[in-house]
Amino acid sequence: MNLLRDINPVTRILGLILLTTPLLLSVDVVSAGVALAFTVLAAPFCGVSWGRLLRRGWPILLAALLAAIPMALYGRPEGETYAQFLFAHVTDNSLQLAAAIFVRVLAVGLPVIVLSADVDPTDLGDGLAQVLRLPERFVLGAVAAARLVSLFRDDLDSMRRARRARGIADQGRIRYFLTLAFGLLVLSLRRGAKLATAMEARGFNRVAEHGRTWARESTLSARDWIVMAVCLVVSVASIGIAVSVGSFRFLGVA
Amino acid sequence: MAPLVEARGLGWRHASRIHPALSGIDLTVRRGERILLTGDSGAGKSTLLAALAGLLGDEEDGDQAGTLTVRGTVGMVLQDPDSQVISSRIGDDVAFGCENLRVPRDEIWPRVRRALDLVGLDLPLDHPTRYLSGGQKQRLALAGVIAMGAELILLDEPTANLDPAGQTEIVEAVEAVVAETGAALIVVEHRPHLWRAMMDRFLRLESGTTGTAGTAGGSGGGGSARLVETTADDLPSLPVLPAAPGVPAGTRSLVEARELQTIWGPPRTLDLPAGCSTVLTGPNGAGKSTLALTLAGLLPPEGGRLHYSEDLRQGLRKAPHAWTSRQLADRIGYVFQDPEHQFVARTVGEEMAVSGGDPDRIDELMTRLRLAHLAEANPFTLSGGEKRRLSVATALVNAPTLVVLDEPTFGQDPGTFTELVGLVRQLTADGVTVLSITHDEAYRHALGDHEVVIR
Repeated sequence: MNLLRDINPVTRILGLILLTTPLLLSVDVVSAGVALAFTVLAAPFCGVSWGRLLRRGWPILLAALLAAIPMALYGRPEGETYAQFLFAHVTDNSLQLAAAIFVRVLAVGLPVIVLSADVDPTDLGDGLAQVLRLPERFVLGAVAAARLVSLFRDDLDSMRRARRARGIADQGRIRYFLTLAFGLLVLSLRRGAKLATAMEARGFNRVAEHGRTWARESTLSARDWIVMAVCLVVSVASIGIAVSVGSFRFLGVA
Repeated sequence: MAPLVEARGLGWRHASRIHPALSGIDLTVRRGERILLTGDSGAGKSTLLAALAGLLGDEEDGDQAGTLTVRGTVGMVLQDPDSQVISSRIGDDVAFGCENLRVPRDEIWPRVRRALDLVGLDLPLDHPTRYLSGGQKQRLALAGVIAMGAELILLDEPTANLDPAGQTEIVEAVEAVVAETGAALIVVEHRPHLWRAMMDRFLRLESGTTGTAGTAGGSGGGGSARLVETTADDLPSLPVLPAAPGVPAGTRSLVEARELQTIWGPPRTLDLPAGCSTVLTGPNGAGKSTLALTLAGLLPPEGGRLHYSEDLRQGLRKAPHAWTSRQLADRIGYVFQDPEHQFVARTVGEEMAVSGGDPDRIDELMTRLRLAHLAEANPFTLSGGEKRRLSVATALVNAPTLVVLDEPTFGQDPGTFTELVGLVRQLTADGVTVLSITHDEAYRHALGDHEVVIR
């Protein structure tokens, strides 16, 4: 089941902003926890099963841990001290902040995974240009470039094999990766140039003078507004709950 | 009615070059005319097409000379199938050109469906473009041009990167399209025999001065070019090459694969006879490149047995994919399908020296492959033929026992083609074992001492 099927991709972006921006106001476990619980519970209904959420979301889990550990060690010492060495103090307050940061990174990061799943770049481009009125040449260029990313991997594999076959892959690791990165940059620029030529060959160079039409109309329907409303309600409610239980901490200070 | 195209004294010089890529061209194209344009690499065929398509850019990109009038919509299909797919779904891809020409929305979709129908792409509009074969991608680009209502269709070597089935597909599609739409057609092609039956005019672009010597920046020689009217009988034909002699009785195998399982396709059993040329053929997507990479120690086998004779192992005991890069390069040379993937240095000279080969051998190779005058040029600025020769030269630097070439004649003009065939023959005469992946009938005829067909 996927409640987000056929919604405008712009709604996904706006919904993401509505859902996560208010969470940046407070550093506490409760507000982020409520939003995170909503995201996790809603994910299977948005076409992202828990298995898929874990598979695509593990880097965010890792980032959350990496953000939380320094907070536990160096967060402003307050309350009981559990451990101490050099400048590190593990205290009640620092642990609390660490937990809050951990949950918050997940609460902001996982909705990105859920809302960005299965977005077709062409639909996104239609939405960005027609609904948000971003400049059309910029949007179309970005959409076309997004498709090139998938060719990146193939290029990289071929380049690695070519370097090995030519007997120059035994050199130092750093130098190897630097030359590989530079080669990839050159190839990407060339691919980009070829794609630009192909686009111009189909009349893209005339868009600047007279604009263009869109084969598919992109509009916001009632469902789009409902999705955005739900996102806003969840974020406001999570802040409200945090305030009412007294755990709201503006930017982690108070 | 006024002609579709009128060019008088047309010329173009790229901003970064001293000599013009094109100059003094007179050309008139009437509506519905079908023209086959031939000429040597570097004569300026692609530049002429780009000028007609309005793709040469403005004063910043170069200087134009003479006059050019084009009365109608022009659409162009380029050589490389992968780099001209624009959208992720075929319907959107075909619609792209219509949108840019401000065709009203209600009119776009009927045009898209008709265009796909004409080129014979019978697929749903939301079919992902990444699952298309090379031939299908070229037909998709053609559909995009038709949907724009092009009155002049320009095809720049549209079959160069396709297998024989794909080549036939695109020629048939073009024939149906021009018959139905009455559009004029200009085709640039190194293999003109595919097209001659449907053409009514044959032009040859001759460069005024021969050779590209002295242009450190790569191809694009000087002098003024001429467009010459020719006939179907004057079309360049491939030189007749001697047939492959076959494998002498009692030849031992340099490489033996038994039920070799690669990461793609079924297990394969084959032999590469020592000192002979083996050709590997099969349709696009059958796994030829994967098999060749595995045979050459660049991909680990998934199962089965891969045995190298002592002549190839030269004392190494480990499996070839575990050899160091250096050990591999001293034994096996690999020419990749896209030469650009192989280039790592700033100049042709550095490119040859980077793997630490013997300087005398490097000099000899550069002379033999006509690269000596390009020693200071950047590899990426070379012409297609020069890039191919350089990629072959770099694979031969370390005097390998086995040389593998992945579609070496793709997009090459007859001159480079003949040169490559001669070079491979020279290698086998010197006792080197060669494996080539190819779609090319003439290449197979000349170099198929031993043939392996996979599907």
